[in-house]
Amino acid sequence: MKKTFGGAALFLDRSDINTDEIIPAKYLTEVTKEALKPHCLEDLKLEGFDPKGEALRKARVVVSRQNFGCGSSREHAPWVFEVNDIHTIIAESYARIFRQNMFNGGMLAIELPREQIDRLFSMAGQGEVEILVDLSGSAITARCGDKVETYPFDISPFDRALVESGGWVEFADARY
Amino acid sequence: MGKNIAEKIFAAHLRDEPFPGAKVLDIDRVLCHEITTPVAIADLVWRGKDRVFDPTKIKAVIDHVTPAKDSKTATQAKILRDWARRHDITDFFDVGRNGVCHALFPEKGYIRPGFTVIMGDSHTCTHGAFGAFAAGVGTTDLEVGILKGVCAFREPKTIRINLTGTLQPGVYAKDVILFVIGQIGVNGATDRVIEFRGTVVDEMTMDSRMTLCNMAIEAGGTSGICLPDATTVDYLWPFIEGEYSSREAALEEFRKWHSDEDAEYEKVLDFDISNLEPQVTFGYKPDCVKAARDFERTPVDQIYIGTCTNGRLEDLRVAAEILKGRRIADNVRGIVSPATPKIFSDAMAEGIMQIFMDAGFCVTNPTCGACLGMSNGVLAEGEVCASTSNRNFNGRMGKGGMVHLMSPATAAATAITGVITDARTL
Repeated sequence: MKKTFGGAALFLDRSDINTDEIIPAKYLTEVTKEALKPHCLEDLKLEGFDPKGEALRKARVVVSRQNFGCGSSREHAPWVFEVNDIHTIIAESYARIFRQNMFNGGMLAIELPREQIDRLFSMAGQGEVEILVDLSGSAITARCGDKVETYPFDISPFDRALVESGGWVEFADARY
Repeated sequence: MGKNIAEKIFAAHLRDEPFPGAKVLDIDRVLCHEITTPVAIADLVWRGKDRVFDPTKIKAVIDHVTPAKDSKTATQAKILRDWARRHDITDFFDVGRNGVCHALFPEKGYIRPGFTVIMGDSHTCTHGAFGAFAAGVGTTDLEVGILKGVCAFREPKTIRINLTGTLQPGVYAKDVILFVIGQIGVNGATDRVIEFRGTVVDEMTMDSRMTLCNMAIEAGGTSGICLPDATTVDYLWPFIEGEYSSREAALEEFRKWHSDEDAEYEKVLDFDISNLEPQVTFGYKPDCVKAARDFERTPVDQIYIGTCTNGRLEDLRVAAEILKGRRIADNVRGIVSPATPKIFSDAMAEGIMQIFMDAGFCVTNPTCGACLGMSNGVLAEGEVCASTSNRNFNGRMGKGGMVHLMSPATAAATAITGVITDARTL
């Protein structure tokens, strides 16, 4: 099923945020995605971030730096975002498996150049940021108060097909 | 223009290219364990597609938490066990025959040069040691692999790393790979294949090559890969002797996968490692690496020897050589976990397990256990572990715990002194 994208943004200002920080291994014994829900980003130590805080509860988009989602292949990392209604990650770069897992589940891992990520972070310093995603137009629009900035993003035809078909299982099952 | 080994494997397995640059490959081995597979199984059942593409190409093991520690892990194991039975997956390894997947599956001869291998486990890159393209994937890729025998990848780019010179005594494959990760960074090979070449790799055993390839993912690599040679053939010979008239004939066949002389690489890096010293990580990323000697009196609480990185027979031999006739420090706990039952049994026959026990180590059954803070040696808040595993992330071996990655030799020396120690200085 096709997902919805965009909304309040949570900013995680660090590179190399790994999947152990996103969802610790001790919760991998769960066999439903829903059971992961309270443990999102539980082991992430980052100044100003509270895994039990309001900002994470309200977030629909996560913005971060380089190599987001490195480490373990656990798809529990995208899942814990999914069950918390976060279907969009925006970062400068991703670990391959995490990125693939996002698109395989019909979610978005958007890459933007450093300058634009920097601008988003500076916007976040001024107040709450909402990010809208225009998938068909391949652009995001960030709003903070009366400040509005729009950036185009690249998405490969394959990744777009995965998002539009609802994920890799649907795509592969129809084709192979 | 010639091709490198990854490009040759991709060309030989290409099923489809639904969009430019998206390569859908036929997969030779779909490997499964009880942590990431049960959700794939549940989803297939939910979709009314509880089928497998080829039960002989699927191998499964219970390894992360085994024997089960609680109801949840027992349920995960049961889901995998019932599924393997239901689909006649005969290469399924349960309690008593199970071991750490990336040690067990190679040991059974399942991985061959030129193969494509996927598993819902990031350290699947280990199997590249055999000249295979082996990639860790998520549960959705695994699910499609189980159902259809295919997996999609972007066009591979390869970084060739030439390791030249001669390793000094007391310096091992683990030190080499920690050094390489320190040089190129945790993001240095993201979405790339790392082709390990050079005299140092040529001289390595298969156990050492597996250690090398195991940590390719810690630099972001999709697969580590070594070219298959006489060492590869010798390792595989008991499993392939019916297929080839001689070892030479097998080697000749495997050579077809070798990268061509004029193959292209995105990058070629040369490291002369003749002067390399034992390496140890600090901090919470595997690219934070320095020489063991440069640690000033750094006490540890626990020593952990095992895992898919360094739980093989060669590793246990190296550690036992150092531990022989010695006792671990009073203030540390030592845990050794042979990676498979065969390694355990061979190590017992060689007297290695007795040396560990005499030195004061606790011997556990083969399991991933403590490496990811699941069982058999989880750290308490504020505790420090000297570990032969592959990840030092914050909380990896237990919330609030700290992990220093190192070779089995350095871990053994550290066990004796209680502080991070270069084994050559004992």
